[in-house]
Amino acid sequence: MTALTRRQRRALTLAMRYLIAVAVTLLFLFPVYWLFMISFKTPEEIFHVPPLWLPGQIQFNNYWVLFKDGDVVAILNSLIVAGTSSVIAMVLGTFCAYSLARFNTGGENLAMWIISQRMIPPMAVVFPIFLIYVHFGMVDTFSGLILLYTAFNLPYVIWMMRGYIADIPLELEESALVDGCTRWQVIWKVVFPMARSGLMATAVFTFVFAWNDFLFALILTRTEVITFPVQLTHYMGGQSNFWAKIAAMSVLGTLPIFVAVTIMQRYLVRGISLGAVKG
Amino acid sequence: MSTDTYGHRLSVFSDRNFKYLMVAPGILILLLVGIFPLIYSLVVSFQNITMTDVDTSFQGLLNYKQLFRDARLWQALGHTALITAIALPLELVLGFLLAQLFLERMPGRQIFVALLVLPTVLSPIVAGATWRLMFDVRFGPIGQIVSYFAGEPVTLLWTVNPSLVYPAIIICEVWQWTPFMFLLLLAALSNVDQSQLEAAELDGASYWRVLRQIIMPAIKPVVAIAVLIRGLDLFRIFDIIWALTEGGPGSMTETISLYTYVIGFTQFDTSYTAAVAFLVVALLSVIVTLVLRRMELVK
Repeated sequence: MTALTRRQRRALTLAMRYLIAVAVTLLFLFPVYWLFMISFKTPEEIFHVPPLWLPGQIQFNNYWVLFKDGDVVAILNSLIVAGTSSVIAMVLGTFCAYSLARFNTGGENLAMWIISQRMIPPMAVVFPIFLIYVHFGMVDTFSGLILLYTAFNLPYVIWMMRGYIADIPLELEESALVDGCTRWQVIWKVVFPMARSGLMATAVFTFVFAWNDFLFALILTRTEVITFPVQLTHYMGGQSNFWAKIAAMSVLGTLPIFVAVTIMQRYLVRGISLGAVKG
Repeated sequence: MSTDTYGHRLSVFSDRNFKYLMVAPGILILLLVGIFPLIYSLVVSFQNITMTDVDTSFQGLLNYKQLFRDARLWQALGHTALITAIALPLELVLGFLLAQLFLERMPGRQIFVALLVLPTVLSPIVAGATWRLMFDVRFGPIGQIVSYFAGEPVTLLWTVNPSLVYPAIIICEVWQWTPFMFLLLLAALSNVDQSQLEAAELDGASYWRVLRQIIMPAIKPVVAIAVLIRGLDLFRIFDIIWALTEGGPGSMTETISLYTYVIGFTQFDTSYTAAVAFLVVALLSVIVTLVLRRMELVK
């Protein structure tokens, strides 16, 4: 046996890394693959013992059923609630963030209070909110859920946008002010365009948080404003699960956010680490 | 107090109005939805409202005394702590190993990373549902795979068998959130000073020494943030358990969030739930404030 050259060793290490990388990725993606595949199976294939690892043929009946029975309304509700609340949270939050970043309004204490609001367990907050909503007839309404998601996401938006705005060089705003722009014009014409990518990334994550939430929707909706995660749990029973519906609904509810997050991947690390890691 | 970053070019008065005008709507909503309910639940927790009794007279510390006698509450806190204590270190270590694997450049790395992120962006309820299907005794693949390696049919009732429910929950949890740790640690490891690593290599330092003395201190702030975020998430864990076991069998996997849900929304023990909710918020607020101050999240 001759000793391996340095180049051969490097090639071997790389091959090993690829091997492990592929194995790990397959392992992590297998449950997703399983779910995805079930959504294309016929009932006979789903309830086949032993389980089949491939559907006989691709058929879309499981999805068609969701459309036919009107279950996709849940997706639409999620879209309305997550979309509207994200827009409101972005607008209000970005103004807050600007004030915090540029005027240091309220100092560190206000910033700390805002981010600590994000960290309180939703279950403890939602219970009194539920009592208040019952009192004002806001349970199972779009406005009730939108208000809650807006409030839930505001700390995140403020915190993230504060960081993105702080990254913009101050000189740009100063020269715009010198040129006679008003404060509002500076924000519209300098700050927003400069912070565009940060704004978009934050908006996407805000949307995903509202979209993925189960707890608030479970407690504050009944029949009218059911969102997709709540609809999903309606298919789960003690003894029998509606497997085809669970799988198809999960795929429908996951595709949009997967696409959105993949587009925003460059900002993912900063987005999920509350701005602590700039990636 | 109002040291604005623009110096004194603008009149102090108009600036002050402007900056408060901008924060006002957001803060108002936070107060309305964040603080007002807390005060409300504090009031309710001193009354004794139940499903059958809407008496709003004040009962003093009745509910708070009951907190200490409520064995199920402390068990729920224990379950929450147990899941956190096992899942968090697992996610951290697995995430670190994954980050090491992908640290050096290799063609196609971006694609691997993009795919590995998928579990983390799923709705936790979808993650729970997915594993519910995976764990199914007859139609799920896990039992099939285990049976294949065991060489004989094995029946594993993942979501019912008392000795398997926690592993089931933790597998699902670790599967979903290891990619989160991986992403953060990959970013942190990429930022470690290369010249220091090269110098250590030239000196012939062992891997463990480099890890302890160069890598660990460099990634410590990121690890702290990651542990804080995941720790708080684990403390409020609800969706995955709801989808997998609904707290069962019995109340064996009931976490603090599930317990609060049960007493509040199925037993309608309103005042007592308010007390529990207040206890949790108070507990967490103190911890979060202390940790945030120590960590200086602000870069």
